[in-house]
Amino acid sequence: MSSLTKLVGWIDARFPLTSNWKAHLSEYYAPKNFNFWYFFGSLALLVLVMQIITGIFLTMNYMPDASLNNSGVPVAFASVEYIMRDVPWGWLIRYMHSTGASAFFIVVYLHMMRGLMYGSYRKPRELLWIFGMLIYLALMAEAFMGYLLPWGQMSFWGAQVIINLFTAIPFVGPDISLWIRGDYVIGEATLNRFFAFHVIAVPLVLLGLVVAHVLALHEVGSNNPDGIEIKKNKDPVTHIPLDGIPFHPYYTVKDIVGVVVFLMVFSAIVFFAPDVGGYFLEANNFIPADPFKTPPHIAPVWYFTPFYAILRAVPPMFGSQFPGVVAMGVAVMILFFLPWLDRGNVKSIRYRGTVYKVWLGLFVISFIGLGVLGVLPVTPLYTIYSRIFSVIYFAFFFLMPWYTKIDKTKPEPARVTG
Amino acid sequence: MNIIKKLLLLVLAAPVVAMANEGLHLDKAPVNLNDKASLQRGAKTFVNYCLSCHSASYMRYNRLQDIGLTNDQIKDNLMFAADKVGETMTVAMRSKEAKVWFGAVPPDLTVIARSRGADYLYTYLRGFYRDDTRPTGWNNTVFDKVGMPHVLFGQQGEQVLHVEKHGEHETSKLVLAKPGTMTAPEYDAMVADLVNYLVYMGEPAQQTRMRLGVFVLLFLGFFFVVAYYLKKEFWKDVH
Repeated sequence: MSSLTKLVGWIDARFPLTSNWKAHLSEYYAPKNFNFWYFFGSLALLVLVMQIITGIFLTMNYMPDASLNNSGVPVAFASVEYIMRDVPWGWLIRYMHSTGASAFFIVVYLHMMRGLMYGSYRKPRELLWIFGMLIYLALMAEAFMGYLLPWGQMSFWGAQVIINLFTAIPFVGPDISLWIRGDYVIGEATLNRFFAFHVIAVPLVLLGLVVAHVLALHEVGSNNPDGIEIKKNKDPVTHIPLDGIPFHPYYTVKDIVGVVVFLMVFSAIVFFAPDVGGYFLEANNFIPADPFKTPPHIAPVWYFTPFYAILRAVPPMFGSQFPGVVAMGVAVMILFFLPWLDRGNVKSIRYRGTVYKVWLGLFVISFIGLGVLGVLPVTPLYTIYSRIFSVIYFAFFFLMPWYTKIDKTKPEPARVTG
Repeated sequence: MNIIKKLLLLVLAAPVVAMANEGLHLDKAPVNLNDKASLQRGAKTFVNYCLSCHSASYMRYNRLQDIGLTNDQIKDNLMFAADKVGETMTVAMRSKEAKVWFGAVPPDLTVIARSRGADYLYTYLRGFYRDDTRPTGWNNTVFDKVGMPHVLFGQQGEQVLHVEKHGEHETSKLVLAKPGTMTAPEYDAMVADLVNYLVYMGEPAQQTRMRLGVFVLLFLGFFFVVAYYLKKEFWKDVH
């Protein structure tokens, strides 16, 4: 017996190393027909790790301090420029972190799109989907709070707009926004608590949820582009799904290819266009936060713009913005109920009828359309567009129980196809 | 797959749509960060004319080694407001007094090229004209009612704004009323150098970043080939 086997044996007698390795990697059987859309789960994990590591190094030099230094600049803003200039490789770490934030949302949106296309939220994966949605919520909180930290004009006024949304809640609104800010205006208290949430509280929640998400996935097994259960066809002797292959080494080596392609796109942005024309790093955020100077045009970062557009699309009622805030909240929360809204008798878009395909297409166009409109200033024409897209967005969900039922589906195959 | 392609196109077109409604016309700044001589001339203009009122408080003097200067050259030619070459480019003027004199504290210029963009700065610095309704006597085509007087008027001379009315339309153009020490092309070149320097100062690491990026992408390209064939080899037995 080699010394390595001995060591593993010693550990196994005290900790479930080999059994976990088998359960989650070498003997976790995933469908063999994963396509392009199945790269984004592992990529999301990669970005999460990257954000945590770059974040740790940023924390070593960033100072959550809104007071002014000798040159009259907020210390927090100056510390970011210090990282960009005087910390060795600071610019790289900072750009990786700022690009990583946007990359996280791109990867997660594509991951969710995969779920929509192949019905990955359907029974028995409802809880898996809910964990995923909770991750998405935590991610939004994480990104929103992180965006305040550079303490630029957009950080400040973006946070101002979002926190003020809570003021629209009847009766308790003003108290809630005061409670979130920790002050009557966004200031030192807000910056410090957002820093604490961004570096400790939310990442802990995020990590816990990711573990739950993966555990739930490995309990029920992965869905696939055909939307059929590979566990229905097992080898009578070994009880291994006939269409399954061990995650390791097959999908580990495949995911490496995905990782390399992702890193190529990611590096192209980090090294050649970290601002992405003002979409990943906004030009106004290179001006220190100034509570007395409101920028003429405040737009959130691109990943929030679809919901921001919905907020602006809803007209105020009885002199209150509350309906818009509710619409925005519902637009996110409705996704939690997807497993119960879908009444189709197949999961995958491959075997759905035209009706569902048209609705999904309209939904995607609306979501992207809202995203574009959320960046643009309000004009009467754009408001009409926003309203049309918002109606389609909600109709996709609220009419789903009806149109998925009447849709003429095709028969599912017994075994997975290519 | 067809729908996906169309959607991707939509996403890519989004920035174009977003850019389309910028109103102001800006001249294109001839930025070239590889031109070290231009950056050095720009640095000289910056410390001589801008740094009297504007700080660049995240920029250290010795960082100018990036643009091909030695510490001694920096000390002898560019340092008027600091003792040590490792200091940042601060300004002696107190912000309270500045506020009284100009109505606003002159903004720090370290990252001005990142917030305003090179084209804006290039147009702005060439866009001053005489306006007796303003307390300073100066106004600007891209920054209406600007608080800053025209510092470089000795070089550029004095411009006036000619407004012509064609019914509904109104066109305006700048005309040189009193020439300065420089011809118009000379002045444009001086401003171009200054803007070039401001772009460099906004992110001193940008040249390093792009140089390094080439190697990173080359490495990843090589790694892709290895990873691709590794995957192919492992997947041979999956049918």
